[in-house]
Amino acid sequence: MPELTKQRPKYLAINEIRLPVPGFVSILHRVSGVGLFLALPFLLCLLQLSLGSAAEFQTFKAIVGHPLAKLVLFGLCWAYLHHFCAGIRFLLLDVHVGIEKEQARASAKGVLVVSLGLTVIVALKFLGVF
Amino acid sequence: MKAKILVGAHYGLKDWIIQRATAVVMALYTLILGIAIIAGGADNQESWRGLIGNGFFRFVTPLFILSLAYHAWIGVRDLWMDYVKCTAVRLTLHVVTILVLVGYAVWAVQIIWRL
Repeated sequence: MPELTKQRPKYLAINEIRLPVPGFVSILHRVSGVGLFLALPFLLCLLQLSLGSAAEFQTFKAIVGHPLAKLVLFGLCWAYLHHFCAGIRFLLLDVHVGIEKEQARASAKGVLVVSLGLTVIVALKFLGVF
Repeated sequence: MKAKILVGAHYGLKDWIIQRATAVVMALYTLILGIAIIAGGADNQESWRGLIGNGFFRFVTPLFILSLAYHAWIGVRDLWMDYVKCTAVRLTLHVVTILVLVGYAVWAVQIIWRL
């Protein structure tokens, strides 16, 4: 089979290939979904403690007051907000709103900016900045 | 024996629609809960318990929980379908995912309805 052993030219410049913004939003949608799924038992524990007795509520406050827990919760907050915003974008694309290339790129950038922005606002509120 | 055709038009459409329907339910719930929290519904534990324990939220939170479980099932199932090629491993992961999500849903509803 000479055609299989023939050397064919390749022009794949891996360092120059970029995932377009809508593709980036799409993969982050999957990543954030996985993160939220994995965090469900932790979040359910927190919900249970927050709604439990006064002693359990103190445990809840101690946990969410820990710097590492705060970091995880801010990450999960971003995951939820990104999944929420990107999900709304996908629902609009499903009904053929904003499917032109330029609009789709703009809405993908919008999803990244809005979800990060809202995460910063929630984090600042949580840290008592305002 | 004729093999059953598992691909083609409409196979999976039901799950596709349910994934979107549950997404809309969760999005609306998120907005309502977000507004309630901004309005002071979680300022202290008493108001937080009062918010989640009131008649309206006792009704809609389980709807959110069931939507989340079904939505997560479809999403995680797609993940196994995309990346796990070995059928035995994939089917085992499917069963484990269902068991875990049903357990979470029952646990979550119990937290809400115990109030």
